Amino acid sequence: MNAEVLISYFPLYGEAFWLTVRIGLIGIGLAFVIGIVTAFFSYFKVPFFSQLSKVYIELFRNTPLLVQLFFIYFGLPKIGIRISAEVCGVVGLGLLGGSYMAEGFRSGLEAVPKSQTESALALGMTRGQMFFNVIFPEAFSLSVPAIVANIIFLLKETSVFSAISLMDLMFTAKDLIGLYYNTTEALFLLVLFYMVMLLPVSILGNVIEKKVRFKMFGA
Amino acid sequence: MGFEVLFKGSNMLRLLSGMLVALRISLISVLISIVFGVALGSLMSLKKPAITVASKIYLEFIRIMPQMVLLFLVYFGTTKALGINMSAETASIIVFSLWGTAEMSDLVRGALGGIPAIQYESSYSLGMTTFQTYVYVIIPQIIRRMLPLSINLITRMIKTTSLVMMIGIVEVLKVGQQIIEANRKSSPNAAFGVYATVFLLYFVVCYVISMFSKHLEKKWKN
Repeated sequence: MNAEVLISYFPLYGEAFWLTVRIGLIGIGLAFVIGIVTAFFSYFKVPFFSQLSKVYIELFRNTPLLVQLFFIYFGLPKIGIRISAEVCGVVGLGLLGGSYMAEGFRSGLEAVPKSQTESALALGMTRGQMFFNVIFPEAFSLSVPAIVANIIFLLKETSVFSAISLMDLMFTAKDLIGLYYNTTEALFLLVLFYMVMLLPVSILGNVIEKKVRFKMFGA
Repeated sequence: MGFEVLFKGSNMLRLLSGMLVALRISLISVLISIVFGVALGSLMSLKKPAITVASKIYLEFIRIMPQMVLLFLVYFGTTKALGINMSAETASIIVFSLWGTAEMSDLVRGALGGIPAIQYESSYSLGMTTFQTYVYVIIPQIIRRMLPLSINLITRMIKTTSLVMMIGIVEVLKVGQQIIEANRKSSPNAAFGVYATVFLLYFVVCYVISMFSKHLEKKWKN
């Protein structure tokens, strides 16, 4: 391995790293919103919308992100919907993540005992208050392990963005290998940057999971 | 809308055979993963410190790296570092097996750890040998717990095989691309129809399999 090559590549990877993190975070934020909304629809069995969210969840959970991105980025412009690669990445990640988050929230919501609902209603809360002040916070802490797993999964999935020509880490590595053939250095930096991105999330996730579990069974 | 391209010549058949390539890669990898995953999972549940540390490092690394990075490491990395010239399909089977083994071993370890000690004790007190205990009591329970989860792993594997087009394997997405390129003049909107079809193909395959695993999970819930 050549130190000079590593140093000269470093800024390129840094830029790609920020792009990946930025799109990843916005996409995950969008996934959260979509997940909460669809979980809300199916929890209250809102007519039409709950069926719609069920179809959406099954469609996006059972297809790979790469195929979804190809459809959004290359397919949709043919029927007049044209969006930039970055927006496409965010939307794709948000739609994929939304379906996974919805499943996570759903299992959390199902695990909240029925007595909680009944007590909240008996205290005179409206159904909205009950959902947002009682049921959802409890369900949220129950779904934390699933959410953490989903966040790591989604950050990993960002590696397919290079297919729609976003200059992410994968794209940079592929580009540099093609240009200069310094395969070892390019791959080493690729692994290093993904480690820097994902290892803290994974460790933090373990810590949070233990904390939540303690709250559930301890005290 | 571009769906008409699929009915020209043998385009639909080509697309389906591309799907079969993806399915073949994932099926071979799943079979390898089950064998090695069960072996590694059983080793891990022995709780020998050296094995625990080594398998933890392996598991963490494999699970934290995107599969795409692993594909690049094996396909481009080994070629350069070791001078081995392997086909893209071999590389992808190696990567998916490494990944599947990691996931599988964790499932096996979890299932083994989830069997209450009472099950072993009762079998022994009934006069069963260790062999009989495992064959008649422990393993049937483990299979029941693991089968739905392993089927889930198959659908994840199938979804991940879409990545192999990035190292040059001609699977369903790549075939789709070729069809679109070839018909650029005659049907400029082919991209919509073809990619929608690929989307639905993946959906049908994975949906059927995951329905089956859900069905098993419910049936065996006892």
